[in-house]
Amino acid sequence: MTDLASPTVRVSTRPAETRRDIGIKRRYAAERRFRVYGISAITLGLLFLALLLSTVVSNGYTAFLQTTITLPIEFSEKVIDPKNERSTDAKQLMTANYPLLVRDALVKQLGLDATKRPQVKQATDMVSASARTQLRDMVVADPSIIGKTVPVTLLAEANIDSAFKGQIDLSVAETNRKVKDQQVAWMNQLADAGVLKKSFNTGIFSFGASSRPEAAGVGVALIGSLYMMLIVLVLSLPIGVAASIYLEEFAPKNRLTDLIEVNINNLAAVPSIVYGLLGLAVFINFAGMPRSAALVGGFVLTLMTLPTIIIATRAALKAVPPSIRSAALGLGASKMQTIFHHVLPLAMPGILTGTIIGLAHALGETAPLLLIGMVAFVVDFPGSPLEPSTALPVQIYMWANEAERAFVERTSGAIIILLIFLVFMNLGAILLRRRFERRW
Amino acid sequence: MSEAAVEKALDQKMNTVPLKMIGKDVSVYYGEKRALFDVNLNIRENTVTALIGPSGCGKSTFLRTLNRMNDTIENCRVTGRITLDEDDIYDPSIDVVELRARVGMVFQKPNPFPKSIYENVSYGPRIHGLARSKADFDEVVETSLQKAGLWNEVKDRLQEPGTGLSGGQQQRLCIARAVAVSPEVILMDEPCSALDPIATAKVEELIHELRANFTIVIVTHSMQQAARVSQRTAMFHLGNLVEENDTDKMFTNPDDQRTQDYIMGRFG
Amino acid sequence: MLSEAGRFFSMVSPVEFFFGTVWDPRFAAAGSGDASGQFGLLPLLGGTLYIAFVAMLFAVPIGLFAAIYMAEYASPRLRSTAKPLLEVLAGIPTIVYGFFALVTVGPFLRDISTQLNGLLTGNYQNFIQAQSVLTAGIVMGIMLIPFVSSLSDDIITQVPRALRDGSLGLGATRSETVKKVILPAALPGIVGALLLTASRAVGETMIVVLAAGVAARMQLTPFEPMTTVTVKIVHQLTGDLEFTSPQTLVAFALGITLFVITLCLNIYALYIVRKYREQYE
Ligand SMILES: Nc1ncnc2c1ncn2[C@@H]1O[C@H](COP(=O)(O)OP(=O)(O)O)[C@@H](O)[C@H]1O
Ligand SMILES: [Mg+2]
Repeated sequence: MTDLASPTVRVSTRPAETRRDIGIKRRYAAERRFRVYGISAITLGLLFLALLLSTVVSNGYTAFLQTTITLPIEFSEKVIDPKNERSTDAKQLMTANYPLLVRDALVKQLGLDATKRPQVKQATDMVSASARTQLRDMVVADPSIIGKTVPVTLLAEANIDSAFKGQIDLSVAETNRKVKDQQVAWMNQLADAGVLKKSFNTGIFSFGASSRPEAAGVGVALIGSLYMMLIVLVLSLPIGVAASIYLEEFAPKNRLTDLIEVNINNLAAVPSIVYGLLGLAVFINFAGMPRSAALVGGFVLTLMTLPTIIIATRAALKAVPPSIRSAALGLGASKMQTIFHHVLPLAMPGILTGTIIGLAHALGETAPLLLIGMVAFVVDFPGSPLEPSTALPVQIYMWANEAERAFVERTSGAIIILLIFLVFMNLGAILLRRRFERRW
Repeated sequence: MSEAAVEKALDQKMNTVPLKMIGKDVSVYYGEKRALFDVNLNIRENTVTALIGPSGCGKSTFLRTLNRMNDTIENCRVTGRITLDEDDIYDPSIDVVELRARVGMVFQKPNPFPKSIYENVSYGPRIHGLARSKADFDEVVETSLQKAGLWNEVKDRLQEPGTGLSGGQQQRLCIARAVAVSPEVILMDEPCSALDPIATAKVEELIHELRANFTIVIVTHSMQQAARVSQRTAMFHLGNLVEENDTDKMFTNPDDQRTQDYIMGRFG
Repeated sequence: MLSEAGRFFSMVSPVEFFFGTVWDPRFAAAGSGDASGQFGLLPLLGGTLYIAFVAMLFAVPIGLFAAIYMAEYASPRLRSTAKPLLEVLAGIPTIVYGFFALVTVGPFLRDISTQLNGLLTGNYQNFIQAQSVLTAGIVMGIMLIPFVSSLSDDIITQVPRALRDGSLGLGATRSETVKKVILPAALPGIVGALLLTASRAVGETMIVVLAAGVAARMQLTPFEPMTTVTVKIVHQLTGDLEFTSPQTLVAFALGITLFVITLCLNIYALYIVRKYREQYE
């Protein structure tokens, strides 16, 4: 180790023939190019994600605001029930001319001349036609209101809503847009008076289908989706876990179980629309279940989710260390006891994570539901999973097919709601995994 | 001449061999953990240097510092100075690609690429642009395989996959692959640990022959192997270089007590 | 499902279905007896494969390069943020992609083609339709990026470290190692991964329903609308159903066809991937 100090030690010199040109410059240029491709690919991917989300959010966040007009409505008996028949004819309150109440209130508010028909029509067009049902429901619920004057908050018509949110280009020639100058003037007048204003849009969560954007919401669709998720959970969790336990713990390892294993993997990759066709053929055509029902939708989504859950459950069962099994068996527990008391509880987080992810997939699934008729115009809340209903993604599909600007906003809003649900489900799955993965 | 005089003369001869690589105060850290402590070890030209020592003592770590394979390991840090000829190989002006073309490496487990035998050997010359024409490549493949003592066994099946050879043949293929780049130094990390005795004998014989053209550093866990193939031996223990000496001396009359224990323990 | 498809084939001959080049079920209903060629599968299959091809053309380079970068270059920190973020793309329901195609990508391509045409020829006329093979292909491609990247990432990281070291130890650069050693070694697995991805592309429904169009025709330009098997399944089965008419039953024949195609792709792909795994176990 003292070689260096020794005078006889020489250090070799680099032989001339080793000074070769191995194209370092060119090769490093290629290296840099390659890296740039990689970084660009990742950047592009993330860019698309950002673009996708920002499109949805920028189009959709305004859907959570709704322009309303609060007018003192006089529930005049003259208009609602001029012949005083409501005690004898129940239909009277249903068919009364409620829009007239709105017209009168608006004319008064704006100080218009009630005889100028076109002008009055323009003014009443600013209020959503849903005012009819809104007022009707108020009167039917409480007939004593007749004769009183009550401030009522009405929805503004979709175009006024858009204009008030600044989404309509007012520099376009008046004839080429849906909101007229006079209406804009009234709109501003009402806004100044504090009568017309934007507020949080609860309707988008509670309303059902409507051909009028301002009165359309995902309430009914949410109920449909909720029914289906419950059905999927109730069916696929027990079936999936039972099947996995059988396959993992009891089934003999032979060609048949091998085949089943391959098939389960294949089933997970079958296009979802094929499950829709299967559901249509089996549940509706063969078993005679009703179309458009959440029950059938739930069944179809269960079929679709099962492979995912089985795969996740088997992975979770496999991950339980064999030592735990041997320990339990060694203490004299039966195989059943070992599985249900020891293995299953340890595998539970993994199983639940897989289930949540499966449910999240099912929640966003659209195509199979179209085939079993859930693409229906459902106004009323389904009281049971057997009644016609629709689902959140299907509602999005239906709205996406509507041409109006206001529906683009609603569609994006509904997508935001769907994505928020998915984010929470996935976060739940991640947290579950984080919390339990340290255990062994 | 007396025995002592012979020894002295041999020492003299050895000491006149130029130093190919010089490691000065080499320390290596894996994250917080220190794996080598100020190792000073020189590698002589056209000499086989064996690195021995108990498992985990840092032999592979030191070997990898010699061609900067440690660069590929996450959070591994090297301090000190290592020179190849007169160049500091950790100097920013030194390029790893060029360095590794000069200091080749053969690994513990044979790792032929999943390609043909021919492509395995021509891989190095191809990436470095050392051969251009088909004839060039044919020649370099043939001479490298000959140097690795594999030519006669595979010359009729050069297009068959290298992974189809036996373990010993695979390892010699990997040596041929390293030789094809014409490096100055070849590093071998326990090249025979995965081989049977016959294949091991062949590789050892090969190392003997390669010594004429290359400087060789070999890590081995087998004392006998170190004794058979090397002229110089370095003994590591717990990340320290315990002793560096001529192989003959090391195995007959080591300076350090620990070396003695280790060697005797293993021989016994 | 098979029996429904069987009923269809008792009305329309399989030869006409599988080799017919015209898709026009409406006229078959009105027409008397002669329904020849009107349930032709080929234009739908052509559209399906064309759109899937465009999508793969878009997704494979991006996904593969992203996977390579993530597996070979990225620091653990970049990897642990970029990978899950990219996977978010896979968790977004396809209906959302369809909407994205409809309101953003389609109009964007249409407008940009108008501008391009105007600049080049002075004629401000769009040559890309808002609904087109290109629109559907690109958006589907975006959806497929995370599939390609995470499947390939898994495959690439399974290539043993010894091969990497062998190449680097000979003085290869990282990219040379990737191109000449790792990718060739991983190729079978990557092919399997790409086949799995292709099967997704073929079976994808919501994006094409909203972005590809409904016109069943055979053509080569990607700028025009084309339709797919899945779009027609949805079209034939929404609205009033009559389980006796060929118009409804054809959907089952289409479905079986789709099922068989994707199943073959999947079985073959999973077989390849399995073999690949075993090789390196
Ligand atoms: N990649 C690595 N990361 C962290 N520690 C390592 C790594 N490689 C080796 N070590 C540690 O460095 C020490 C020396 O290892 P090594 O050089 O492989 O020993 P040898 O080859 O002599 O058996 C050991 O304690 C080992 O645990
Ligand atoms: Mg070692």
